[in-house]
Amino acid sequence: MAEHLAHDAAHDDHDHKPHGWRRWVYSTNHKDIGTMYLIFACTMFFIGGGAAMLIRLELLKPGLQYFDPQFFNSLTTMHALIMIFGAIMPGWTGLANWMIPMQVGAPDMALPRLNNFSFWILPFAFTLLISSFFVPGGAPAGGWTMYPPLTLQTGASFPMLIFSIHMMGASSILGAINVIVTIMNMRAPGMTLLRMPLFVWTWLITAYLLIAVMPVLAGAVTMMLTDHYFGTTFFTAAGGGDPVMFQHIFWFFGHPEVYILILPAFGIVSEIIPTFSRKPLFGYEAMVYAVASIAFLSFIVWAHHMFTVGMPLAAQLFFMLSTMLIAVPTGVKVFNWTATMWKGSLSFEPPMLFALAFLFLFTIGGFSGLMLAIVPADYQYQDTYFVVAHFHYVLVPGAIFGMMAGVYYWLPKWTGNMYDLKLATWHFWLSTIFVNVLFFPQHFLGLAGMPRRIPDYAVQFADWNLVSSLGGFGFGLSQLLFPYIIWKCVRGGVRIGNRAWEGAHGLEWELPSPPPFHSWTAPPSDAVIARGAAH
Amino acid sequence: MIRAKLVSLALTAAAALAPPAHAESGWGDLNLTQGVTDISRKIYDLHMLIFWVCVVIGVIVFGVMFWSIATFRKSKGAVPDTTLVHNTKVEIIWTIIPVVILIAMAVPAARTLVEIEDTSKTELSIKVTGFQWGWNYDYLDDGVSYYSHLDRASNAARELDSGIDPHSVEHYLLNVDQPLVVPVDTKVRLLITGADVIHSWWVPAFGVKKDAIPGFVNEAWFKVDADKPGLYRGQCAELCGRDHGFMPIVVDVRSKADFAAWLKGKAAQPKQAAAPAATPAPAPNAS
Repeated sequence: MAEHLAHDAAHDDHDHKPHGWRRWVYSTNHKDIGTMYLIFACTMFFIGGGAAMLIRLELLKPGLQYFDPQFFNSLTTMHALIMIFGAIMPGWTGLANWMIPMQVGAPDMALPRLNNFSFWILPFAFTLLISSFFVPGGAPAGGWTMYPPLTLQTGASFPMLIFSIHMMGASSILGAINVIVTIMNMRAPGMTLLRMPLFVWTWLITAYLLIAVMPVLAGAVTMMLTDHYFGTTFFTAAGGGDPVMFQHIFWFFGHPEVYILILPAFGIVSEIIPTFSRKPLFGYEAMVYAVASIAFLSFIVWAHHMFTVGMPLAAQLFFMLSTMLIAVPTGVKVFNWTATMWKGSLSFEPPMLFALAFLFLFTIGGFSGLMLAIVPADYQYQDTYFVVAHFHYVLVPGAIFGMMAGVYYWLPKWTGNMYDLKLATWHFWLSTIFVNVLFFPQHFLGLAGMPRRIPDYAVQFADWNLVSSLGGFGFGLSQLLFPYIIWKCVRGGVRIGNRAWEGAHGLEWELPSPPPFHSWTAPPSDAVIARGAAH
Repeated sequence: MIRAKLVSLALTAAAALAPPAHAESGWGDLNLTQGVTDISRKIYDLHMLIFWVCVVIGVIVFGVMFWSIATFRKSKGAVPDTTLVHNTKVEIIWTIIPVVILIAMAVPAARTLVEIEDTSKTELSIKVTGFQWGWNYDYLDDGVSYYSHLDRASNAARELDSGIDPHSVEHYLLNVDQPLVVPVDTKVRLLITGADVIHSWWVPAFGVKKDAIPGFVNEAWFKVDADKPGLYRGQCAELCGRDHGFMPIVVDVRSKADFAAWLKGKAAQPKQAAAPAATPAPAPNAS
């Protein structure tokens, strides 16, 4: 049966797929577009990572060795923008493209031309952004948070920053619309909402967050644009404007954005842990409601990013309490993942290893997040390396490891080949050890008083910075294994059947590996759906 | 060099609890300062409280995770219990317990926050203006106003490829030409603003960090213990442009008598030329 389907799929492939560059540039196929998103994200991961390596190089020891402070500030700004908007967000959209149609029993995304458009905006947006390194005044250096008035001092790269943000935002919104329409309209009959895999659920909620907040960011940067060129003073105190208002608007976008970056990882981990525990996800419905609660709360916690701006007592108390509340649904998720492993039958293939690292290290990031919620303590932590350590723990072993876990989970499905498990296990151990050497000492640095975003530091910070930099170089080098492993797998490997992993459930594992060009040309039967939704 | 550092890392890890051998070593700098004010100690206590709460939760949660990983292994012949998929009672318990812990944390945090926000009954008011890149201190009631910049030794050493070893500079990047001078045991109110972009005035030992925002005047206060005069150092904490990393803060806390004498002498000096903030010239060493 499987072979028969696989043969059909290969046949299908040859019949309908355009060839050469047209296949990619004109693509309306969810898998090809997903692949392009993932290649793009991986490229940006290495460009953003290159910036991080330069940052850690300058911070290797005290004194300025390599870069002018302005260029250093450009590096930190661009590192963040490239990683957030270029690596993580397109990476998730790539996985959504590949997996959502397969997981809900659809042939493709609902809006294929929009899909093509939303991808092809991105290379232009990032060409514009990254080329700002070569214009007078250099790349934006006011931080990815773009606070005015500082960002208004940006040189020729200012409009490049604003317009590239507009383009990234447009791309994200279009991608999110596509995800929502696909999930709402393209599910196979019988694939009820509460039968959907957690990855689909988390992406659905992520997509709503994107639609809610990307326009807010676009509005904020547009107001800054008119402040710069058209004499408005939205954020300029001298003209009656308010620089703090920008921060409120920015973080109204920025906090949901944090969950945009992490929720799909929650989804992936919720797929992987049951698979390799050979046991259904514990508390499926609680997991869905927890994600929804986190998404809701993400809209009412934004000012915890700005406790030191001088807000009224009542506002500080409100944002402290609402922020602490987020720990509750997040705790529910961690407990349910743990309960899923309880009395399971665990094996430790690379996707599971990355998911477990996620579970431990994201929780550490959650703990430091809880500490940061305590306003008086936050006065000491704000804008120090403690914060840098916190958000890198949730974004690197959180979002990035979640994404890598997803790639290692589904790569055999995409290619039909098993990758080099030994090498991927090496990739896991090197990444996990070095990511801790890289970021754990930054907790110490922050508590000892080192501010973030500085190119040079007092000598008592030298020792842990050295450790952090060495960890950074180790982490950066280890990541080269990742594209190599993928490349090797695409070229060939041990053929696998429909179900790459013994305990895997879900509609994607009912399709041949690699799946046909159009995933579910006929909707799966109710029995197949029930088999997949074994929770 | 790197090997030497790593060896020293191993040695320090062994003696992590011992106090740092000398002030320049950073291996022992692992935690927040307790500081020298009542508020900074309360903040430290909150920090340690939430830290230990996290440690206890972490030990339990990570313990269960490690136990599961060690026990329920397929390689050891573990058979999955696939009936274990849902338990409403458990879900309610692990929702309620965190809520209780959080409320228990929020109460002392709120109490301290209320104290921090109480800027009444201050005895000395100083206007602090952050600019690119330094600070202006204005003793509002005494007509004393001056600028504070990175000191010359640090400023020379911090140039790209200066050839000066930062370790040879005393208080590298944490020293200024003219510190802020305040008396001990006095509730000092700071009125903090920014001249150009947003800065943030931070002295960890006082537990004070407040943004200096153009168009806004933020309030903060501190009261240094009577027995803790001395020099306390901090840095600008909000990215403010090219030299953000080079605008430290030094507060010289003196006895009340010494402070009064200093203020009198300072008021008698010819006013420092009110240089435009954007082009600060290194001021001669006063005090």
